[in-house]
Amino acid sequence: MMRLAVILVGLAFTTGMASADDATARGEALFRPCAACHMIGEGAVHRLGPHLNGVSGRTIGTAEGFRYSASLSEAGAEGRVWDDVALDSFLAAPRNYLPGTSMAFRGIRDAEDRAILIAYMIETGGAEAPQGEVAVDPRIAAVLDHPPDEAYGAFLSSECTACHSGGGEGIPRIAGLAPQSFAAGLLAYRDGTREHQVMNMLAARLGDEEIAALAAYFATLE
Amino acid sequence: MGFSRRNFLGSAAAVTGLLAAPMIVRADEHARPKVVVVGGGAGGATAARYIARDSAGAVDVTLIEPSRAYYTCFFSNLYLGGFRTYESLGHSYGTLASSYGINVVHDWATGVDRDAKTVALAGGGSVPYDRLVLSPGIDFIEDSVPGWSQAAQNAMPHAYKAGSQTQLLRAQLEAMPEGGTYCMVAPPNPYRCPPGPYERVSMAAHYLKANNPTAKILIVDPKPSFSKQGLFEDGWARHYPGMIERIGPDFGGDNVSVNPEEMTVDIDGVVENVDVCNVIPAQRAGSIAFAAGITEDNWAPVSAYDMSSRMDENIHVLGDSAAQGAMPKSGFSANSQAKVAANAILAALTDSRAFPARFANTCWSLIATDDGVKVGATYEASDEGIVSTGSFISEVGETDELRAETYRESIDWYDAIATDMFS
Repeated sequence: MMRLAVILVGLAFTTGMASADDATARGEALFRPCAACHMIGEGAVHRLGPHLNGVSGRTIGTAEGFRYSASLSEAGAEGRVWDDVALDSFLAAPRNYLPGTSMAFRGIRDAEDRAILIAYMIETGGAEAPQGEVAVDPRIAAVLDHPPDEAYGAFLSSECTACHSGGGEGIPRIAGLAPQSFAAGLLAYRDGTREHQVMNMLAARLGDEEIAALAAYFATLE
Repeated sequence: MGFSRRNFLGSAAAVTGLLAAPMIVRADEHARPKVVVVGGGAGGATAARYIARDSAGAVDVTLIEPSRAYYTCFFSNLYLGGFRTYESLGHSYGTLASSYGINVVHDWATGVDRDAKTVALAGGGSVPYDRLVLSPGIDFIEDSVPGWSQAAQNAMPHAYKAGSQTQLLRAQLEAMPEGGTYCMVAPPNPYRCPPGPYERVSMAAHYLKANNPTAKILIVDPKPSFSKQGLFEDGWARHYPGMIERIGPDFGGDNVSVNPEEMTVDIDGVVENVDVCNVIPAQRAGSIAFAAGITEDNWAPVSAYDMSSRMDENIHVLGDSAAQGAMPKSGFSANSQAKVAANAILAALTDSRAFPARFANTCWSLIATDDGVKVGATYEASDEGIVSTGSFISEVGETDELRAETYRESIDWYDAIATDMFS
């Protein structure tokens, strides 16, 4: 009996080890395309992309010393955090989750692969405890203070849908965006901190009330 | 069969004395307000879809369009250059009928009785309307290029209404003899899609560079300048050096005639033999606008506030056919104008709100693989017509990455406007 128990425990132990090894190996393989731009683990520094040590649980766009795209900075300003759901959604389709991200990566289709990759990043780079709620940028808060006129937003939205109803590769999809993200994006286009010829032109004639109406309307879409 | 519903309501109102006459009509579900849209392109399909969708069945929408499948003129140049399949340009009206309850009638609208408010159909019968939307695109002005007529369009295709003409031009491009000449007779202003002829030249050059590199392209142009000229000429010099020659009005490009039987082009007295001759004639509003009697010179003047005809407030004219002011004649413009008209029509026929008109347009053009450029503007309404409020244009010397991004944008825009029209 004693021997069998030892064998069983040993077997369980080794199988466990083997599958953990497998997962680590798979995670490492999945990280390889990321490694073109991102470092993780001991001695990691920013390269083309920020280092990913402690990314899990960190407020989006806040690794010290890295210059983020407006899109990620705004998400951070809204207090959004890289929790498991955010990491998973972003890795599935980066440009859909955070339109305007400068990360040139199409995404990982397989949900299990994404879970393995996230686990690998936590194992290799550690996790940061979620920080307290970060205050929303006062300019965004001021815009969203306007009572949202959804009917007006629906009318104004027809100017957006002429371009933003396609595949999301060349022009991001914006349906369902959180009002803070929506307002943050349009404000950045309006004041020129985010550059795009068409969007700078269109945002230039949007008043705060109109941005609030659009943000409210698009939040209702799927 | 003692009395009809209308009679019943009428007598009930007479008895109670409470209901005003117009409310009786509204109470009758068979008297839903009727909108008839003529032309199922970027203006008409969008207007029909928005009115039907936003009224959620409160407005009866009929779309009259002879073709069962719509082939977009926009992106048809990319088919010529080999960047799109012909099939990818085609769209069906099926969803407009099945998802929005739009009554899609495949017939030609031949006349409008503005007093009776009915549209006559070539197949017989007529369709009544409360509001009529005309979005018939363009027709060609006879004899604007001496020697050319619609009868000659197989020898010298215009390919400026997409469909079999587009396929014919591609077939002729493929069949060009080695070192042959592709001639384009460009149209005078105003015409559909200002950068279109020059994007087409770019796409023909792209094809020829790979398949017939000693071939030449000759543009005969009555205009002293053209849309995105600096961008196109820079692109042609970089991608197709020595292949493209343009003869403007300063060298007789405004004095041209063609002979489709001989396949010759006479430019200010000098006769050239050509192998393909793409004649894009001068243009005017679609025939139905003339039949309706709402044109002035070649186009149908409209109010910028709601795209209604200046001659009949119950008729709205969209897109290429409208004389509206500053917007270029483009699919994007027609789509933008359709939304303004739809909002105004819904506000007039239902209790929905009318919002101030605002318009936008962007035109993308492809010069070569991953070399896209764009021009665009925003607009608003004024008493004089649509006026521009801001604009941009791509610049010479942009990075390859930006040009590739602009091209990728145009692909998504195509999907988006097709969704906006047909899904």
